[in-house]
Amino acid sequence: MATVSPGFGGRRRTPRADLPPGQYEEQGFPVLSYGPTPRVPLDEWRFTITSESGTQQRWTWRELMALPHEDITVDIHCVTKWSKFGTDWRGVSLDVLLADTETTADYAVAHSYGGYTTNLPLEDLTDGKAWIAFSYGGEDLEPAHGGPARLLVPHLYFWKSAKWVNGLQLTETDEPGFWESVGYHNYGDPWREQRYQGD
Amino acid sequence: MARAAVPGRLTWQVATLSAARWENPSARTLVLDVPGWPGHLPGQHVDVRLTAPDGYQAQRSYSIASSWPTPDGDRLELTVQRLSDGEVSPYLTDDLPLGGQIELRGPVGGRFVWRPQGTAPVLLVAGGSGVVPLMSMIRTRAVLGDRHPFRLVYSLRSPAELYYGEELRRLASGDADLDVHYAYTRAAPPGWPGRPARLDAAALAEHGWPPESGADCFVCGPAAFVEVVADLLVDAGHDPGRIRTERFGGTT
Repeated sequence: MATVSPGFGGRRRTPRADLPPGQYEEQGFPVLSYGPTPRVPLDEWRFTITSESGTQQRWTWRELMALPHEDITVDIHCVTKWSKFGTDWRGVSLDVLLADTETTADYAVAHSYGGYTTNLPLEDLTDGKAWIAFSYGGEDLEPAHGGPARLLVPHLYFWKSAKWVNGLQLTETDEPGFWESVGYHNYGDPWREQRYQGD
Repeated sequence: MARAAVPGRLTWQVATLSAARWENPSARTLVLDVPGWPGHLPGQHVDVRLTAPDGYQAQRSYSIASSWPTPDGDRLELTVQRLSDGEVSPYLTDDLPLGGQIELRGPVGGRFVWRPQGTAPVLLVAGGSGVVPLMSMIRTRAVLGDRHPFRLVYSLRSPAELYYGEELRRLASGDADLDVHYAYTRAAPPGWPGRPARLDAAALAEHGWPPESGADCFVCGPAAFVEVVADLLVDAGHDPGRIRTERFGGTT
C-alpha cells in the first residue's frame, strides 16, 4: 500500500495508455550522459560487428550511408522518468547489418566511442526492433544526442540505445554493460518498470 | 554502504519531512527521516514517488544534498528547485508539510560519485541547482576530515539563486584545501570584482585545476551548461575519462 502524501493532487491528466508505469510525458528532448560528448570525425567513424568466434565485419560512414535506410517513428522512454512520443529517426536496421553474420550467440554488448557499453539479448536487436540511427527530426543526429550515430532500441529504456555507438560484440553469455553493473536492471523493459536490479 | 555497490532490490521506503529550510525563494531543502536508510555515496540520487489520495502517482529523481553520515544524526536531505510548470517540484517546495510523508528508493547511480581515494585533486563545476550533488561531496569530505584539494566553481545567474551560501563560506574559510569561486552570469553582488559573464575557459583555468594535475572533474547542471563546460575542460587538456557529468532536465 503506497503512502499518501497529504495535499498532493498531481496533474490530473488522464494518463495516456501508451505511457509506461512511472513515466511522464516530456515535450523537450533531455540529454543524459555520464561524461563529455565524444568527438568523432566522420572519416574516422567505424562500426564493427564482432562475432563470438572473433570474426569482424566493419563499416565506414560512407558504407553505412550506402545501405538501405528506414524512417522510424517511435516512442522513447528514459529510466529517469521522461517519455517522448512520436520521435522521428532515420537509420539502418540491425537486420541489414547482421544479415551476413554467422553466429549462434544469444547476447550482444554494444560499444561506444567514449567507452560506454550496454548489453542486450540478440533477439532484441533483430526482426525490425533496432537500428543504427544517424538522423533525428529530419536533421543529422546532434553529438549531444549520440551523433554521428546511436543505437536505437525503443522498446527498452533508452540507456540501452547507446549513443556514439561503434560496435556490437556478440557473446554466448550475458555480460552486463556499464549501467547494468552499477545497479540498473539487466533488461530494462519500461512496460514492466524494470529500472533497477530486482525490479 | 551504498546499495549501488551491493546489488539488491531497491524497495520504496517511507520518508517523513522532519524539517525544511529555504535556500532561496525557489529552492527548499527537505530534511527527511528515512528509517533504515542504507546510506549513500556523495553524488547519488533517489527516486521520489508521490501518491494522491485517489491513488494517482508521479515519480521524479532528485540528487541527494547531504553527506552520509551527517555530522549531527542520520538524515537525508534533498534540495528541490521549484519548476513553475512542474508536477512534483511545486508540491515538494510549497505543499509538503512537516510530518508529511513521501516515498523514495535509492540510492541510485554509480558513476557520478566521489570516492575519497587516490591523491587527485577535485574540480566541481556547478550550474545553478547542479550544486546539489556537489554539495554532498563537499559535505562528505568535511565529515570525513578528508584533505583532498577541492575547488568548486559555482555558476549562477544572481546572488538570489545561491544555495548553501553561508555553509560554503564557513567550510571554505576554515580550510585552505577548499576553494569556492562564484561565477555570476547576470547580476553580481555589490562590490564584486569583475562583471557578470558566462563561465569561460579563462575562468575555469584560473579557478580550476590544470590538466596535468590529473584532477577528477564533476560537472552538474542544466544540460546545455554541462555540455559547454565539459567541452571546455576537454579543450583545456583534461582527460575525458576523468570528467564526470550529470545533466539535469532541460533540453538542448
